[in-house]
Amino acid sequence: MERLSQLAINDEGFIFDPYTGNSYTTNKTGILILSELKNGKSGEEIAKITSEKFNIEHSVALKDVTDFIEQLRSLSLL
Amino acid sequence: MNNTIYEKPIIKKLQTGFMNKFGTGVFKRIRKDIDGVAIERLVEQFGSPLFVFSEKKLRGNYRKLYNAFSNRYPNVLFGWSYKTNYLDTICSTLHQEGAIAEVVSEYEYKKAKRLGIDGKNIIYNGPFKTMESLKEAAEDGAMINIDHFEEIQDLENVAKELNKKIKVGIRVNMDTGIVPQWSRFGFNIESGQALDAVKRISYGGHLILNGLHCHIGTFILEPNAYSQEVKKMVEFAYKVEDEFGYKIEYLDIGGGFPSKNRLKGVYLPPEVVVPSIDEFAEAVCDTLLENLRPNDFPKLILETGRAIVDEAGYLITTVHAIKRLPDGTRSYIIDAGVNILFTSFWYKFNIEMDREVSGTAEPSVIYGPLCMNIDVIDESVNLPPLERGTRLIISPVGAYNVTQWMQFIMYRPSVCIISEKGEPLLIREKEDMEDITKREILPEEYELKK
Repeated sequence: MERLSQLAINDEGFIFDPYTGNSYTTNKTGILILSELKNGKSGEEIAKITSEKFNIEHSVALKDVTDFIEQLRSLSLL
Repeated sequence: MNNTIYEKPIIKKLQTGFMNKFGTGVFKRIRKDIDGVAIERLVEQFGSPLFVFSEKKLRGNYRKLYNAFSNRYPNVLFGWSYKTNYLDTICSTLHQEGAIAEVVSEYEYKKAKRLGIDGKNIIYNGPFKTMESLKEAAEDGAMINIDHFEEIQDLENVAKELNKKIKVGIRVNMDTGIVPQWSRFGFNIESGQALDAVKRISYGGHLILNGLHCHIGTFILEPNAYSQEVKKMVEFAYKVEDEFGYKIEYLDIGGGFPSKNRLKGVYLPPEVVVPSIDEFAEAVCDTLLENLRPNDFPKLILETGRAIVDEAGYLITTVHAIKRLPDGTRSYIIDAGVNILFTSFWYKFNIEMDREVSGTAEPSVIYGPLCMNIDVIDESVNLPPLERGTRLIISPVGAYNVTQWMQFIMYRPSVCIISEKGEPLLIREKEDMEDITKREILPEEYELKK
């Protein structure tokens, strides 16, 4: 989680990583997941929050959160 | 309740220093129907995956091609290339349009006759013609184009047996300025081999040479290659007529015209790269008229397959699973594999979705369902995040796939046609266990004890 706490994220989804100098862009769902990950929430908890916020099925949210975490991992942000 | 529209979460690295030339716009290729019939209705009726042919497109393509040539030359005949697609309904539709049959094996010959095509209206090509089929074709009066010297001998034996002279054509090959040169079929003109074949036929005295056949290659993008072909065929025909006294009644220039499909490794879209059929027709017919003697109009036969049927065929598939690869690339597993999409090895297909999907498109891989590493339908296609169950419509797939497809670990799917009236009709049923196992024999001693 330490890597994530280093990231600067604005409301529009622009992300700056001062550690590598890389920039990223994400969407609203991505911002939500990132901020909850920073708060130390687990994937399951974030899926619950996401499904409630966007009114989508929990199973869909759980799959998408898992996929997003995989994306973060492939970008070495986790 | 929150009304915010949900988008699947994505994160994308920004590339500084590079121009974002193409942007990442929303994926716009949506196809909700084929000829007015909803994709979902087709899947409900016939299942997924499903090959779908458009009668409207098929007839339209045929007429466009036929008219391109017949408007420029007075004596044109099309032979439908069975190997490109020999589904009964496809062949029948093209025969209704006026095409005769062009076959390259005993099986295809019998399939054409089974459909009701008279032997006289069958062009029999190919390097492997059995004695039985040669005899049948000779009796029927089919147009037989000889591929090699052994076949001359075979046909002479048939002629002796039938006690009649048989009219034949010979297949020739030549340098038309393109690579690869298809030199394995027929007799080479430049080396003198084709003339030797004529001498041999003349010497035997049992066959009458009345036609020349050639096919310079496949997916030819250069109209000038056809000019070369026609010029050399006409020159050779007159040489044969002048030196041996035969009358060459037909010049069969084969096919090989490209469809509007995108070859892998070609950057520009097919609309830019593929010449129009009028350019090919002009190259062929102008060269004919420039080189033929006055009032001599031998029959011009064309065996175009791909250019007629490819764009009339679609494959509806369904996303079965979504997987993130270790390098971060999104991948999809769909229900149709390369075993039923043979042309995926050289085409980059047009892939459309059956619905609007919000979210940023990203380069994704599409895998088939086979438990084989080679089963890749597209290595990189820009797609927004798709849900399981999304239908992907792949096209053009009408040429070769339903003849070269291979049964492998699952059943081959149904094939339907959308009639000109807009009615979806089943033209080939999905296979079942019986189709696959009925030729197997399990000797008693191998049976499992119950």
